[in-house]
Amino acid sequence: MDYFTPISAIIGGLLIGVAATLMLWTHGRITGISGIVSGVLIPNNTGKVWRTCFLAGLVLGPVGYIAISGQGLTIVTQASPLLSVVAGLAVGFGTRLGSGCTSGHGICGIARLSKRSFLATAVFIVTAMITVYITQHAMGGS
Amino acid sequence: MDDTSSVLHEKVNTKALVWVFLSGLLFGLGLTISGMINPAKVIGFLDITGNWDPSLALVMASGLAVTVPGFHFILKQKRPLFEARFFLPGKADIDLQLVSGAVLFGIGWGLAGLCPGPALAGITSLDSSVLSFVAAMLAGMLLHYFLLESRD
Repeated sequence: MDYFTPISAIIGGLLIGVAATLMLWTHGRITGISGIVSGVLIPNNTGKVWRTCFLAGLVLGPVGYIAISGQGLTIVTQASPLLSVVAGLAVGFGTRLGSGCTSGHGICGIARLSKRSFLATAVFIVTAMITVYITQHAMGGS
Repeated sequence: MDDTSSVLHEKVNTKALVWVFLSGLLFGLGLTISGMINPAKVIGFLDITGNWDPSLALVMASGLAVTVPGFHFILKQKRPLFEARFFLPGKADIDLQLVSGAVLFGIGWGLAGLCPGPALAGITSLDSSVLSFVAAMLAGMLLHYFLLESRD
């Protein structure tokens, strides 16, 4: 399994955990990306300033990585732009309906021992695995 | 010196904002180094019947290795460093919205290999699929707001 990258996965995961812990420690907020983004989008909402600051950091983090490492971003997309639009709509609507995504439920909610987050995380991981099975194998993929 | 000022009619604590920005920066760096920013890597993790790549399970496990003890300790404090109180989700009960939202999110995540954090972190790549995904994700969030939240 030469595609298995445990060291970088662990370093990256630790950084994500430190980021979410810093946010709670200093600002008392949950680092849920879908909640932070929609908080900026939704009209007449307060707290747009701190959310925008977080998002600026999120977008600049990879830019910093490129600057320091001298390597480009590895982003390989299989989905066509059209399929990406369908997926994006489902993710945008679904994360609002379900009150969170991988970060808010998976990293922060589980750390708060929230039973809603345990369930949501299990449901979206299993659903995503079934979706990938259908698109990669059942529908004539490799 | 008073470090509270007003931006866009909002009271903001500039000292806290520096930490919030730093948190975003570390989060984006973590998504990049871990490989989660790459949809092909995410699909490799979700593809358990194919050439399964367990890397992203380690991303989640090591993230939780920090947040589980970290949150436990922090939530025992009276308040965060730069705010008067903690802002935590209020809902405790499992409902149909939670489950159906998670199902919809899972379908979208599996179709594109993108969830909100990595998609936003990846926009500077200008990849057309990432940009289409992000635009549609924002539209989906607004759609949810106007259909289900904006009416009282």
